[in-house]
Amino acid sequence: MSDHRICFIGVGGQGTLLATMVLAEAAISAGHNVLASEVHGMAQRGGVVESSVMMGNIKSPIISDGEADVLLGFEPVETYRAMGKCSHDSIVVSNTVPVMPFSVAIGKGAYPDIDKLFSFIQPRVKTLITLDARALAEEAGAALSANVVMVGALAGSGALPIPKEAFEETIRTKTKAQFAEVNLKAFQLGFGAL
Amino acid sequence: MHPLLTPEIGKRLLLLGNEAIVRGALEAGLGFATCYPGTPSSEIGDNFFRIAAESDLYFEYSTNEKVALETAAGAAVSGIRTMCSMKHVGLNVAADPLMTLAYVGVRAGMVVITADDPSMFSSQNEQDNRLYARLSGLPMLEPTSAQEAKDMTKAAFEISEALELPVLLRTTTRLSHYRGMVTMEELRPSKTRGAFEKDSARFVTVPANARVRHKVLVDQGEKAREMACQSPFNTITGEGPGGIVTSAMAYDYVADAVMDLGLADKVKMLKLGFTHPFPQDLALGFIRSVERILVVEELEPILEESLKVVAQTHGLSTPIAGKGADLFSRLYEYNPGMVRATIAKYFGVDYTPPKAIDIREAEEPIQLPLRPPNLCAGCPHRASYYAVNSVLKETGTEAVFPSDIGCYTLGILPPLQTADFLVCMGSSVTSAAGISRATGKKVIAFIGDSTFFHSGITGLVNAVHNQHNFILVILDNGTTAMTGHQPHPGVEIAPQGWEKPSISIEAIVRACGVEQVSVVNPINLTKMKNAVKEALASDRLSVIVAKAPCPLYERKVKGTKKKRAFEVGPECNTDCTECVDTFGCPALFKNPAADAKTTMIIDERLCIGCGVCIQICKKIRPKKV
Repeated sequence: MSDHRICFIGVGGQGTLLATMVLAEAAISAGHNVLASEVHGMAQRGGVVESSVMMGNIKSPIISDGEADVLLGFEPVETYRAMGKCSHDSIVVSNTVPVMPFSVAIGKGAYPDIDKLFSFIQPRVKTLITLDARALAEEAGAALSANVVMVGALAGSGALPIPKEAFEETIRTKTKAQFAEVNLKAFQLGFGAL
Repeated sequence: MHPLLTPEIGKRLLLLGNEAIVRGALEAGLGFATCYPGTPSSEIGDNFFRIAAESDLYFEYSTNEKVALETAAGAAVSGIRTMCSMKHVGLNVAADPLMTLAYVGVRAGMVVITADDPSMFSSQNEQDNRLYARLSGLPMLEPTSAQEAKDMTKAAFEISEALELPVLLRTTTRLSHYRGMVTMEELRPSKTRGAFEKDSARFVTVPANARVRHKVLVDQGEKAREMACQSPFNTITGEGPGGIVTSAMAYDYVADAVMDLGLADKVKMLKLGFTHPFPQDLALGFIRSVERILVVEELEPILEESLKVVAQTHGLSTPIAGKGADLFSRLYEYNPGMVRATIAKYFGVDYTPPKAIDIREAEEPIQLPLRPPNLCAGCPHRASYYAVNSVLKETGTEAVFPSDIGCYTLGILPPLQTADFLVCMGSSVTSAAGISRATGKKVIAFIGDSTFFHSGITGLVNAVHNQHNFILVILDNGTTAMTGHQPHPGVEIAPQGWEKPSISIEAIVRACGVEQVSVVNPINLTKMKNAVKEALASDRLSVIVAKAPCPLYERKVKGTKKKRAFEVGPECNTDCTECVDTFGCPALFKNPAADAKTTMIIDERLCIGCGVCIQICKKIRPKKV
């Protein structure tokens, strides 16, 4: 079974850790050996949150520079900032909706042109997939489900040997029951977004 | 039922390293657990807290690590299997009891968890607590995986009882906070009631007894060394002239590198899990069996130096390398890529690392905005800091700000910039005494409520007694917010099932002998500013207890909803940016819209309706519904 290293990057409050768990549990239910890694601490305070999932015969739970097979970026600037994790073999799936850093909000810095970020990434990676996860999450019924939309897009990209049903089963059983329906719809919309 | 209490033997769960430790302790029949929370150790105590609510386990969040260790020691000498967990710098606080507890030992298994933080993801230093094993003479185990974290925890209780010594189990942030597959084994029923059998010649360390007990410790250390040589956690694998010695998470990076570089039949590996006392005989055999050795260990060259001692003692000149300019660093966490590259270099293997994308290659450089963490919208600490800054500005006063450890340390960032000195828990109060005495200037120190209980009180007694003159602001948000909202002795808003007495910070401050004490809600800026003005006007030590609950905690425990909604009025159309320049709430910022009608805008999703901003600027007002 081949090895896969998946890097998640986002901003505190975006639910990247739940997305990490959904992928990890789905991979396990599909029979893969899994490691996951999270850095705790600043998640609720608007800082950058990075996590990762390893599938296959890997012992190290972190991803070195240039070694991510897949990067799931929840925020355009953070996707760009994390490009060092990727190489020309990487698949990048990124949300297009910015979360304004506080430095920008108070006028101590500018948010760059998002198109420029993606046009730098596009030719340098194997595949770049971008989507408006917030719009799809709102369509599913809750803006907070944007993280599950992102997992759906990852599943839909076909980058990982995990069947769609494994994700759906995980969402049904491992996310909060009252959000399961919305989350399943969000997953579906992400899955079909490409 | 708590998932870590599952009785299903053979079930495989994806567990955090910290959760695996908890399960291991339960499988060992843990009866008593204490901790002071601290990243990356906090989930251990948090899981025990929930498990204690549905089992016989006794658990407490103690006021600090010294208290936690001594309390746990009391249970362990009374025959109860005990665990005490803390972050690496917590063991500095608990070092005093640890050093002498090693002399007297324990009667039931006692495991002390020290969670180190290479790279300082959330700590003030990256000290290597393996040195505490050497300093105390106690055995140390270091897991390399979540499964091993569980297995070693169980084994640690057995080792502890065999030697009648506490055992240190060291994790790092990476081990504590990664998830791996762990297989459940049988839970052992807890023994929660013990007996203290008196033996003052052993347990009372007057010098005459301590002299005897130190020898016992040294003798037990030699037994432990033999155990380490036989331990299933210390293994030799592979075959070849090259040697690698490694431990902890570095082992995982080495194991992957050996596979990736095709070195499995060229390099022999000594993996050490029972790392102290150093298994000298095992190491000697290993040194003799290879031509040269690379040691891969994060932080200090402890295994490397131990190997060199063994080699020198036996007259061996086998090259042993580890730390060095071309090899490994004493700084920061390692990663698989750097370990792979260094192993390739040392053993002369051709290796080209993957070419990482370099964003500096952009034809047209893109300036990226920074994204530092920030105090949350509605955080009462921001109001306190704002009030202090405004009064200083209004009165033309300059002040030095000793700070302390908690969310409020984020006050270091602009626009508040209310942190000037910080070294450890409790250092705000004490360094304020030294700075004010040495400079004669105004000093305003900030400490959180949990930190005040942890190590602020003795400093305050000292300050009163020695007549130091500064202002101490106790930022009392009713919880240990930074590490995940653990309760502390002063909690008033309590989590479910919490039936413990609340201890008043104000009463403690007064009992310390402070005469000028005010308790104010900082959300009311006028009251907070008046308290600061009064304190500044005084020529004596004064304490302001700025008391308002952490809004995240209040929402979690009480389900508190957003209080009110606010909006920026149309008259906010000038180039005035005072609110973001002095207050800096993340919910209030420059309007990014191209057709913006107001200079500022409030993000209604972030705003919790605390209403502090309307006290700062008249252009902000309640939103009409």
